Amino acid sequence: MRPQINLRTALLGIIMFTVIWQVLAWIVRQPILPAPSVVIPIFFQSIFRDLGMHFLASTARVVAAILIAVLGAVPIGLILGQMPKLDRVMAPLIAITYPIPKIVLLPVIYIFMGISDISKIFLIALIIFFQILVVVRDEAANLHPELILSVRSLGAGRRALFRYVYLPASLPAVVTALRLSVGTAIAVLFIAEQSLTSYGLGYYIVVETYQVLQYSHMYAGILAMSLLGLLLYFCISSIESHLCKYQKG
Amino acid sequence: MIDIQDIRFAYANEPPIFDEFSWQIARGDAWAVIGPSGCGKTSLLYLLAGLYLPQKGQIRIENKPVTAPRPRSGLVLQDHGLLPWASVYQNARLGLTVRGFYGSDGRHAPIDEELTMPEADQRVQYWLQKLSIQHLRSQYPSHLSRGQRQRTAIARTLAMQPDLLMLDEPFSALDAPTRQDLQQLILNLGADGKLTIIIVTHDIEVAVSMGRRILALNLGGNRHARIIENDDACQPEYRYQRQFRDQCDYLHTILGDLI
Repeated sequence: MRPQINLRTALLGIIMFTVIWQVLAWIVRQPILPAPSVVIPIFFQSIFRDLGMHFLASTARVVAAILIAVLGAVPIGLILGQMPKLDRVMAPLIAITYPIPKIVLLPVIYIFMGISDISKIFLIALIIFFQILVVVRDEAANLHPELILSVRSLGAGRRALFRYVYLPASLPAVVTALRLSVGTAIAVLFIAEQSLTSYGLGYYIVVETYQVLQYSHMYAGILAMSLLGLLLYFCISSIESHLCKYQKG
Repeated sequence: MIDIQDIRFAYANEPPIFDEFSWQIARGDAWAVIGPSGCGKTSLLYLLAGLYLPQKGQIRIENKPVTAPRPRSGLVLQDHGLLPWASVYQNARLGLTVRGFYGSDGRHAPIDEELTMPEADQRVQYWLQKLSIQHLRSQYPSHLSRGQRQRTAIARTLAMQPDLLMLDEPFSALDAPTRQDLQQLILNLGADGKLTIIIVTHDIEVAVSMGRRILALNLGGNRHARIIENDDACQPEYRYQRQFRDQCDYLHTILGDLI
């Protein structure tokens, strides 16, 4: 079960969160926990300056990674799902690589791909890739054989089956997998951005603010990163409920 | 119209279901195929539809060997094969959408048919109306009754204007009024003699009321087509006549306890 999120609950949640934060800040009364009344104005000031640039850099990396992962994983998942023999050959490899925490590959990726945006995007794409690959494969493999036969009897060959059966059948699962993996993706992005770059929220939060003890700005950065997660989750969720209309009772 | 010549068909590591099996079907005829489950009824439909290929022998429809699904053959499977994420309308249109996807290449769609979008929409509309599911056009299959799903699947097939209509257990799990409605509807479709109909069933009464000829299949391999002539079928009043009961009893005796 996923938390139901809509505009009303989102607003309510934000208000509750801010109130708790404010109360905690009153209790702590130290610069390490500035109140929202301090952080939020800073957030709005800097989001149109440097923080905005960092926000955009992080967003671009995640979105690029999502696109690469989806475009790579969906076709491969569909092929594996349609070809049980190939799937049986590949299954052990996928089974052992799927649970590897991809973040440990960060240095390997840097060595091979160089210190660039590409390697950060690649790392995040890798995380999402496996999540999507597995669900698309299972979704395509679990389609009723009778459904396939009956669409084939309407004249559909491989291409039409792909377009009208396999693709729409696996899309909702793709989006669900995305929703579930986007949190991990942003967490890894945060770590990957802490070094060897000069743009991104991870860099802003750790290098530009935390290490120079600019706590209010650090919190503004954390707010921005939370917002990024929230926005992505919100977008994916709404695509998901649109795609899954037919499942509602 | 259909000529099955000495086919052999077996699933992997199993004795053949059909061996040197031949069967001829005349155009416009109404056939019922009956037999216990596991006798190969559904496999026979898959073979006729070009979804399975015989290991020996040949199936010819309109003098052409069947090697792939034929554009003018319509098949309605027992579980209907509707796309769960598509509405009744989109499902009913699926066949024409697939045709549009390939164009009239003679392989996936009849070579002589070029349908425009509005024409396709109109045709789907016509069949939805004719099958009285017009009001359900934006519903999803999971919200439909079994009878409504069956109608959607039939509409999808008829929108393709088939000359051969094959139905697998079309009346199973339907309540009595829905069942009679649907039976009447299919009888009407075949009434002008242009559409060849093959109905697969395990229900003797269905076979006797719908099949002018009945093919009885056995468990454990079919070598000869056992055919029962049943010329009075396809008339609504037949069900209430003595001959109907006699014919049913006769089928019971030859099919034994298996049904």
